[in-house]
Amino acid sequence: MAIDAETVRKVAHLARIKTPDDRLEPLAGELNGIMAWIDQLGEVDVNGVEPMTSNVAQPLRLREDVVTDGAKVEAVLSNAPKSADGFYVVPKVVE
Amino acid sequence: MSDLTKLTLKAAVDGLKAKDFSSEEITRAFVANIEAANPTLNAYVVTTPEKAIEMAKASDARIAAGTAGALEGAPLGIKDLFCTDGIQTTAGSNMLRGFIPPYESTVTANLWRDGAVMLGKLNMDEFAMGSANETSAFGPVKNPWKSKASNADLTPGGSSGGSASAVAADLCLAATASDTGGSIRQPAAFTGTVGIKPTYGRASRYGMVAFASSLDQAGPITKTVEDAALMLQSMCSFDAKDSTSLDIPTPDWSASVGKSVKGLRIGVPHEYVVDGMPAEIQALWDQGVAWLKDAGCEIVPISLPHTKYALPTYYIVAPAEASSNLARYDGMRFGHRAENAKSLTDLYETSRAEGFGQEVQRRLTIGAYVLSAGFYDAYYVKALKVRRRIAEDFDNVWDQVDAILTPSTPSAAFALGDKQIDPVTMYLNDVFTVTANLAGLPGISVPAGVDSNGLPLGLQVIGKALDEATVFQVGAALEKAAGGVGKPERWW
Repeated sequence: MAIDAETVRKVAHLARIKTPDDRLEPLAGELNGIMAWIDQLGEVDVNGVEPMTSNVAQPLRLREDVVTDGAKVEAVLSNAPKSADGFYVVPKVVE
Repeated sequence: MSDLTKLTLKAAVDGLKAKDFSSEEITRAFVANIEAANPTLNAYVVTTPEKAIEMAKASDARIAAGTAGALEGAPLGIKDLFCTDGIQTTAGSNMLRGFIPPYESTVTANLWRDGAVMLGKLNMDEFAMGSANETSAFGPVKNPWKSKASNADLTPGGSSGGSASAVAADLCLAATASDTGGSIRQPAAFTGTVGIKPTYGRASRYGMVAFASSLDQAGPITKTVEDAALMLQSMCSFDAKDSTSLDIPTPDWSASVGKSVKGLRIGVPHEYVVDGMPAEIQALWDQGVAWLKDAGCEIVPISLPHTKYALPTYYIVAPAEASSNLARYDGMRFGHRAENAKSLTDLYETSRAEGFGQEVQRRLTIGAYVLSAGFYDAYYVKALKVRRRIAEDFDNVWDQVDAILTPSTPSAAFALGDKQIDPVTMYLNDVFTVTANLAGLPGISVPAGVDSNGLPLGLQVIGKALDEATVFQVGAALEKAAGGVGKPERWW
C-alpha cells in the first residue's frame, strides 16, 4: 500500500500540522518506508485475539463525580499565550 | 575531602545521615561540576542552583533535627518530562518552551517528600521520541564516554540521554527518567549506568508529559543497582490522580540487592538473537549466562515467538497514543501560538508546525494515519491484537523461569548524527527493550562489559509483573560478577 503526496496532505491535515507542498513527497517516502516495515504484522495470526488496550490487571478506577480541586484561575491561566479578566484570549479568526 | 560527586547515592545518603559532610557541601560540589561540564555535555536544559542550595540547607536542618527522609540531602537531576512546580518544563520541545507548571508531578513530589535536592532539568528527546537525544529542541546531549578508535562525540542514547549523561559524568547522584520503548534502559546501557523501568502502574504518570499513555513509565538512572532500588522505592506510590496507578504497597527493594540468586531459573530467549547483531553483544550475553550459572542459577532456553513483531507494533501503538495525547498542543491554552493565522484551522496547523520538531511531526502523522477511517482496523486494532500475543508469550514462560536475560541494546553508543538518515534504523535500537513496555513488565539494564573500543555495554533482566524484587536480585548478581565498567575519562 503506497502512500502518495495527496494522502500525506490529508493525514497532515487530520493531525493539524501545516505541511508545505515541497515536504509532501519526502514525507510520503519516509512514511512508506515505515509502513512497509510495519506491514510485517500481516504475518501474525490474530484470529480470535482480543485487542490489548491496557496492561494493568485492574478495572479502570472511577471516582465520585465531585469537585476535588478548583478555584485556581490564576494557575490555570498562568501559561496562556494571552489572557485577560480571568479568560483565555484567542485571536479573532472569524471574518 | 575526597570528591563527593563520585559517591553512589547510597553512600551519599549514609554519609549525610552520619554527618560526614553536609547536603550544602555535596550540592555545591555538583553545582560546580555542572557549571564546568554542561556547556560541553548539554545534559541540563535548566539548572536551579539557588533552589538546590536552599533545599540542601533545609535538608541539613532536618538531618540536625533527626527527621531525615530516605533520600535526605541527596542532589538529583530531573528529566524535563516531569512537571516541577515553578520550574520550566518543556519535554525537550519548542512547543513548551517557557512553560512553567503550576503543579508538581507525583514522582518528583515523592522525591522531595523523602528529602532529595533538585539540581535542575535534564535534556531529552522531544516528547521522549528518539533513541539518540538528537530530536531535543535544546540540541543533542553528548555521551561522556569516547571510543578508543575515534574522538567523535557519541550519543548517550535516548530519550533519557540527559539523565544518563549526567549520572555517568557525576553531574548528579542519580536522575529520574522515563521509558516508553526503552528510554531508560537504552541510555543506561550506552553510558555504563543502571536503569530500571518498573511494572506499568507502579510509578504515577501524574505530571509526566504524556507520550504514549499505555507504555510510559517512570524510573531512575543511577550508578548502581542498589541506588536504583533505593530511588525507585521513593519514586513509586499509589496515586489517585492517575487512573492506571496500582493500589498496592511499594516493597523494600533494597532488601533484594545482594540476595543469593542460587536456584533461580533464568530464561534465555533465542528470538533475541537478531540479524546483524555484533559478535560482541552475543559474547556479552553468553558471559552474562555464564555468570548467572556460576552464581547457581538454572539457565532455561525459552521461546518468545512474537518478539520480532514488537517494534512494528510499538510504532503503531505509540504514535497512535501520541497523536491523541499531543492534540492538546493547539496554541490556545498553553504552549506555542503562531502569529497572524488566517483561520482557526490555520492557527492550529501553523502553531503545531512551528512548535513540533521533525520526528514528532513524523510520528503524529503516522498516528493520524493508522487511526484514520479505513486504516483503523487494519493497523491500529491489528497492532493491539499482536500486542496481546507479545504479552501472552511472556505469560507462557513464567511457569518455566523466574526472570529473563537479554542484551540491553544491539550495539554500543554510536556517533551523534550516525543514524539520523533513516528513521527505521533508529527505531531498531529499542529492539530488546520494547517488549517489556508492550507487556508492562519490569526491566533493568546493568553495565556488564565494554566493547573492543572500550565503550560500555549492558545486560537486561526482565521480570514478571510486580516482581521487581527478582529483577533487582538478578541485576545485582550481574553487576557483582561484571565488577563494573569503570568511569569515562574526563575530557569535557
